[in-house]
Amino acid sequence: MQQLFPRSANTLVRVVLAGGVLAVAGLVWALSGINASSYMTRVGTALDQPVPFSHQHHAGELGIDCRYCHTTAAISKEAGLPPTETCMTCHSQVWKDAPILQPVRDSLLTGRSLQWNRVSTIPAFVYFNHSIHIKAGASCMECHGRMDRMPLTARAQPFQMRWCLDCHRHPDERLSAPGTVFQMPPQPPADAAMAAQWLRQRHVQTATLTNCTACHR
Amino acid sequence: MNPPRLDPATLRIAASGAAMQWRSLEQLADTPEFRAAIQREFPVGASEFADAGSRRRFLGLMGASLALAGLSACRRQPMEKLVPYVKQPEQLIPGEPLFFASADVLSGFARGVLVESHEGRPTKIEGNPAHPASLGATDVFMQAAILQLYDPDRSQTPLLHGEPAAADHFFSVLTAQRTAWARDHGAGLRFVLGNTTSPTLLDQIKQLAALYPAARWCIHEPALNLHASHAPVSIAEQDVIFSLDADFLASGPAAIAYTKQFQARRDPTAKMLRLYLAESAPSLTGAQADHRFVMSPQAIAQLPAQIAAALHGTAAPDAPAWLPAVVRDLQSHPGRALILAGEFQSPAMHAAVAQLNHTLGHAAPPPADPPFPAPQQTLQRLTADMASGSVSALFILGTNPVYSAPADVPFAQALAQVPLTIHHGLYADETAEKCTWHLPAAHWLEAWGDAASCDGTRSIQQPLIEPLYGGLSAHEILAALLAQPLTGSYAHVRATWQRHHPTPPFEPFWRTTIHDGLAPSSTLPPPLPPTPPPFQSPSPPPSPSALTLLIRPDPHIHDGQFANHAWLQELPKPMTKLVWENAAHIAPATAARLGLHHGDVVTLTHEGRKVEAPLWLLPGMAADCVLVHLGYGRWRAGRVGDHLGFNAYALQTSAAPWGGTGLELHATGARHAFATTQDHSAMEGRDLVRHADQSAYHSDPAFAQHAAPTPAAEESLYPKVDYKGHAWGMTINLNSCIGCSVCTIACQAENNIPVVGREQVIKHREMHWMRVDRYFEGSPDKPTILHEPVPCMHCENAPCELVCPVAATVHDSEGLNAMVYNRCIGTRYCSNNCPYKVRRFNFLQYADVETPQLKLQRNPNVTVRTRGVMEKCTYCVQRIEAARITAQVAGRALKDGDVVPACVQACPAEAITFGDINDPASKVAKLKADPRNYALLGELNTRPRTTYLAKIWNRNPEITDP
Repeated sequence: MQQLFPRSANTLVRVVLAGGVLAVAGLVWALSGINASSYMTRVGTALDQPVPFSHQHHAGELGIDCRYCHTTAAISKEAGLPPTETCMTCHSQVWKDAPILQPVRDSLLTGRSLQWNRVSTIPAFVYFNHSIHIKAGASCMECHGRMDRMPLTARAQPFQMRWCLDCHRHPDERLSAPGTVFQMPPQPPADAAMAAQWLRQRHVQTATLTNCTACHR
Repeated sequence: MNPPRLDPATLRIAASGAAMQWRSLEQLADTPEFRAAIQREFPVGASEFADAGSRRRFLGLMGASLALAGLSACRRQPMEKLVPYVKQPEQLIPGEPLFFASADVLSGFARGVLVESHEGRPTKIEGNPAHPASLGATDVFMQAAILQLYDPDRSQTPLLHGEPAAADHFFSVLTAQRTAWARDHGAGLRFVLGNTTSPTLLDQIKQLAALYPAARWCIHEPALNLHASHAPVSIAEQDVIFSLDADFLASGPAAIAYTKQFQARRDPTAKMLRLYLAESAPSLTGAQADHRFVMSPQAIAQLPAQIAAALHGTAAPDAPAWLPAVVRDLQSHPGRALILAGEFQSPAMHAAVAQLNHTLGHAAPPPADPPFPAPQQTLQRLTADMASGSVSALFILGTNPVYSAPADVPFAQALAQVPLTIHHGLYADETAEKCTWHLPAAHWLEAWGDAASCDGTRSIQQPLIEPLYGGLSAHEILAALLAQPLTGSYAHVRATWQRHHPTPPFEPFWRTTIHDGLAPSSTLPPPLPPTPPPFQSPSPPPSPSALTLLIRPDPHIHDGQFANHAWLQELPKPMTKLVWENAAHIAPATAARLGLHHGDVVTLTHEGRKVEAPLWLLPGMAADCVLVHLGYGRWRAGRVGDHLGFNAYALQTSAAPWGGTGLELHATGARHAFATTQDHSAMEGRDLVRHADQSAYHSDPAFAQHAAPTPAAEESLYPKVDYKGHAWGMTINLNSCIGCSVCTIACQAENNIPVVGREQVIKHREMHWMRVDRYFEGSPDKPTILHEPVPCMHCENAPCELVCPVAATVHDSEGLNAMVYNRCIGTRYCSNNCPYKVRRFNFLQYADVETPQLKLQRNPNVTVRTRGVMEKCTYCVQRIEAARITAQVAGRALKDGDVVPACVQACPAEAITFGDINDPASKVAKLKADPRNYALLGELNTRPRTTYLAKIWNRNPEITDP
């Protein structure tokens, strides 16, 4: 009886098998690439906002401290977004007729909140706390980038779990000196020994940082 | 599935065996059904996909979900809005909760609370440590109040003849009526309200009584004995207590304070208080008694006379054999031995007990409740007036007499004779349906109010949120009657307090009182102590043959006001673990004599009135007694509470509201399947609750550890893990625990635990992270009753972790057995491998994520779980992390007492202790070193972090029988 498959079929099978493995691997690679891409993470994309607020101008050029507006960053899980009244402390005096500030004045008049588009987002099942990060010496810049150079605010980091864990696994590599957490850029430790000492002083329990329960409850 | 019919002979044989602990008569009789059930994680059919759907579609869905698994996480991050305040409220820190002092009121009496608020949403209620009636702890009703606030079934609009109407319309009607009432001094004006201690309300009532002197007031509080004094006594100062049917640890306005005092006096290393208790139906206090005497109500009624005789050295001929020993014990503690009469005992009994306490060296009996400031009439008298047509307008404030009037009071029919009837309440209930007007009431978390606790401590109730449904407070309605301007409840409450505080300055006093939750030195002037009335025999001689009916408020639904409360409906009842319904409880021996079985539907006939009820064979009931609970059988309670159980008010008479003799019982032939959790999560046949008498404890303090030795740490195939930082652990002191289940409901409120409903409970799908197991030991006639709260044990060698294919349950560095919801794929292997049966699976989408009001209640620090995810006790990891962050931000290390899980905080008995077992100075480490400490199923070498302290009794060696 004649053979059903010619000898060349062997090659075909090999090519199909190898190709299949390669295709699956390629698909995984491509998907993970897409997942990490700035399209998915929105890194570097400035969002439309009701008012084109410039952190570069306020924080960078005028040198207003982060906590002037984000009042609760060091004491709460939320950094806090300034109420309209905070904007109007200055803008009732300066640029008080500027058309781009009309939404802010409207908000004060009508009592309706401004609706900002959130730039830095984490999923609802992640329980992030600003105050503890600031106390431990994770600077604003570490997550939010050089806000003092952003005319329009964009996300600086991917805010994905892998990125969180980079720091939670090696907290000593990203610490800032006492009193420089809100600076752009903050002052890093001189050496590993200094970083280790800061961690101790700040009561950071490094072993707990990679617990699931540290962020997920 | 109907419960099996048990052969009483089997029961007797089984009971004569070893002193095993059993949960149900099925277990005691070792029925094949029970054996089959215990072999399975869930009953037959519970784990199956019950929805209609073809196999082909099922496979298709399975294939698709497998192929797309994981992809769901890889989506573009969604856009969100950030909405800041325009003007940020003072003191509010976004993301941090605020706590406000207020007071929960049950049956008129205040218990101080602290209410947690997240950005204006009240989410959780804790006890106010400064308040004498709560002392930082809570009961189930205080925990449950938060869900009642958000109940979507609450009344949302005024109703005129059942149709929505405007509140302004009502007030204009009232204004028109006022002139007529003024003319005849309010002769046709009547008010029905629940018991109240509110200074503002009592003040307004006094003013109304002056304005309309012919008006009459009726207090209708079905779950309270208005003839009994509710002034608290000191439990802590007693050495011996003899309770005559007094369930003082679990019911009544001072129960939390009593429990605190009681457990403090039950330390076996110090002089223990001894509790004797005589009762007809098992109660939580009865379960704590060193000697629990199971007696008929008639025999209990004879006890004061018999005690009096024994105190005078003469023995009553028909006195029980144990009585002389008890009386000797009472007599040998002059001034430190107290007799308590039960809430639902007769006035004669209360008077007799007051006299006995006088003899036992107590200075004066506790003063009676403060007098009511207006002319009163009873509900029968009011109903007669209504039926005769002499009532022209009736105000029903915060009570539901159409449902809860005794059966011999035809309130509902008489209501039709009254031209103008106004009902004010949280729900458009049975009474609202029959009234001309219904006005939605503001919840106490929505309006200003005030109240006093049973010891006279006055508190202000401050609102935490605007009325969700536009409710009015009773103060506003009475103010309208007084022709006062509608200024809101704040003005009325403040004005009253200002009147009662003549010495300036008022403002600091007012602010301090609101902030602290109670007025400084605020006890009302104590009424003159009445001299004990002359002794009289409290009851007619017993009529033997017939059955006796006992009517009591439901332990969780109370008088029916919590019928629409899903948490309370699904909270297993202390003695039966019954949920979502009530039953007629009877002693197994009596049922056997009458030829009745567990689950038989019977007709209860009492004074010509009939009710059909399923029969529950309850060990520890007195012979020939039938216990029924009020609060069920409602028809206008809401979507949760309608048509559950049977209405026991149909058997109640105003002459004998708490039951009486002459009950008849007839089987209908029908059978009933109960929804009960008493056999769920059974840990088969092991020495689970360890207990001993004080004498045995003193000869071998570590008796509990000898019962089943724990293997050494090395006897494991897994490497030993060293916990270097904190190591969280818990002890549950079974000697303190009274089994009240407040831990279960506090956990539910804290951890966003859903309810599942009656049908799902029958399938063993209840979701409580913390359950309270109840065991009986000994004969079904006179068992020892034991309680054991069981949360996740956080085993160091956790069996659940080893079998999870996706590492969704893992240990963290501090020894917590963490559950990672996002990883869980729902294999349920972990639950199957858990020897303690503490894992709960979301078989369906139990958490309501649609109803907007219910979203407001949720704890924002805990994930709301979805269908297909396993969950269990986390040791309140959100509170651990919050405490860690607070300490670290303050620049200090965590210290003992920083972390307080919800169950620990709520427990009135201080039975649960939580902390760092690596810190030898911590309270929990000290308790773990106590010789009474033992691990549940420790012989399995699971090395649980939660351990138990054995229960110690303080039995009188002279009494050998019970």
